[in-house]
Amino acid sequence: MLLSYLKIAWKVLMRRKFFAFISLFGVSFTLMILLVMMALFDHLVGPSTPARRLDRMLFVNTIRHQMAEGNGWMNMPASIHFVDDYVRKLKTPEKVGIITASSNATAFTKSKLLALDLSYTDGNFWQIMDFDFLGGRAFTGAEVQAAQHVCVLNEATARGYFGTADVVGRTIEIDLKRYRVAGVVRNVSAGHLYAYADVWVPYTLSPQYFKDNRIEGEFLMVMLAPSAATVPAVREEYRQMMRRVEIPNPKEVQALFSYADPVLESFTRALLNHEDQTVDEDNLEAFYLIAGSLTLLFMLLPALNLVNLNVTRILERSGEIGVRKAFGATGRDLVGQFLVENVVLALVGGLLGLGLAAGALALLNQSHTLAYAHFALNWWVFGWGMVLTLLFGLMSGVYPAWKMSRLNPVVALRGR
Amino acid sequence: MENLLATPPDTRPQPPLNSPAAAETPVLQLTNIEKVYQTNTIETVALNRVNLTINRGEFVSIMGPSGCGKSTLLSLMGLLDEPTGGTIAIDGRAVTSYSDRELAGLRNLKIGFVFQSYHLINDLSVLDNVELPLLYRPSLSGKERRQRALAALDKVGLSARTRHFPGQLSGGQRQRVAIARALVGSPEIILADEPTGNLDSVMGEEIMDLLLGLNRQDGVTIVMVTHDEQQALKTKRLVRLFDGSQVG
Repeated sequence: MLLSYLKIAWKVLMRRKFFAFISLFGVSFTLMILLVMMALFDHLVGPSTPARRLDRMLFVNTIRHQMAEGNGWMNMPASIHFVDDYVRKLKTPEKVGIITASSNATAFTKSKLLALDLSYTDGNFWQIMDFDFLGGRAFTGAEVQAAQHVCVLNEATARGYFGTADVVGRTIEIDLKRYRVAGVVRNVSAGHLYAYADVWVPYTLSPQYFKDNRIEGEFLMVMLAPSAATVPAVREEYRQMMRRVEIPNPKEVQALFSYADPVLESFTRALLNHEDQTVDEDNLEAFYLIAGSLTLLFMLLPALNLVNLNVTRILERSGEIGVRKAFGATGRDLVGQFLVENVVLALVGGLLGLGLAAGALALLNQSHTLAYAHFALNWWVFGWGMVLTLLFGLMSGVYPAWKMSRLNPVVALRGR
Repeated sequence: MENLLATPPDTRPQPPLNSPAAAETPVLQLTNIEKVYQTNTIETVALNRVNLTINRGEFVSIMGPSGCGKSTLLSLMGLLDEPTGGTIAIDGRAVTSYSDRELAGLRNLKIGFVFQSYHLINDLSVLDNVELPLLYRPSLSGKERRQRALAALDKVGLSARTRHFPGQLSGGQRQRVAIARALVGSPEIILADEPTGNLDSVMGEEIMDLLLGLNRQDGVTIVMVTHDEQQALKTKRLVRLFDGSQVG
């Protein structure tokens, strides 16, 4: 029976190739876009090297200064004073690491100029992140404290500068400063905002390493909780700590706000909370709600297209419906048949969507839009995409199928 | 599908299909059948107090001018529609006591249809078309369905065309396929609505001979609606309708 249904589903699909193409295109193109979006999303906020222990990590990317006398807001990363005197004194995090957003730097080889992204970090950063070391090691806390000129290079820089990745112990000159290479790591995608760079050097070498009591600086913080279960405790302790922070310039700054957030929340808070930053709301639910609604809305279009196509198909097939009823098909049999057809259509569309998404991601990877990013199709995402497509296949088939099953066989046979 | 029937089909020993005694056993009884189509402004009486009994092994033709209610009568006999008055009984049991699901089961087991415009499914091969009624009998395996469909096609002389599609056949061949489809479930009665209406006289004769053969040799009960007096006269009994009433 199923085979017969599948056979006729395929024939009906092929009968009106143009409409089938439009319909399949709608389903597959939608799924492709969703899959690509999900792959990007997963790449940006999903656990992957070097942020493998993402479930235990918390990030602080800004300290919001509410300026006095209604002079607005100033959002800046943290200073070393803030990190050392407040955050590193927290009891619940296992480790607190820092990194600056990458800045431009240049290195010259005999024949070319290398434009590099350089970040300043501390020793803890290397213990929180799990980089893939091709050779050597990370620099240590002691080396950082001693402000030694050591660095970690990514593979591309090592090969670009030395022509090989086997360069531990050699010297590289960047912005007229010489650094000894302590280690070489596999390239990290620029999508990893809290880890990406071409070159990492001790923060004590940073020109922004001021030793006064200012709060604003250039350091992003990464905290590692002892376990995923203790993450809320770390967030709470950070919250408590913020109440104790002494404002060095109270005439200019009225209040300070900062939150330790998991990676996605660290973005959603900034993205959706720009109106009133005094409210402690990470907006994760709002983000999911908006993203979910947009996804549903986006999928509604091909679903409506399918409904429309199905209703047209019913009109074409009233004779068949009449014959099937005359020969003993129940309403349920017909609904089943039609749903099978629709699900087949959705499945074919889904598989095409998978192929299209794989192609689109390959193009994106090839174009190097995001340095060292390798977007991959996520099977988990694809699974969900297919479930949603099937769901829409069913939803868009139920109404036409029900309508079809209610047709009076005499009327159906007359072809009206 | 058999198990869909609240009351299982009559399994009492029946007389052999082509024995003289069989002709006395009613398969289908219509008593005081009325069918009125009502719209907001007009009431059309399609059938008016029709009484008709079809016995096992009979070949009955129904004749009458266009619009006299022949096809309506056939639809009611085939349980595709409900009368507005009167009762229809199959094997002595009134069909009003059956649910929609049971009626579908009855149509599948007891009735085979042949339509004027064949109503084959163009997307399916000849064999798949013939197999269609058996799809609604889950107790049959795919192999059994195939064998029975091949046997039915053999009976109508089309065993060489099983892989063809309806669009590749002549009108007469298509009607043979439709007859094979009506036969495949071994129904007790075949209802044919102007089976030769779309065919030229030679092909019409062929189809008529086929139906007569099925009735005489295999004892299949047939009710046929026709416009053709010559063909009607070849059948055992002729029922005439005029303006929805039985006139002979």
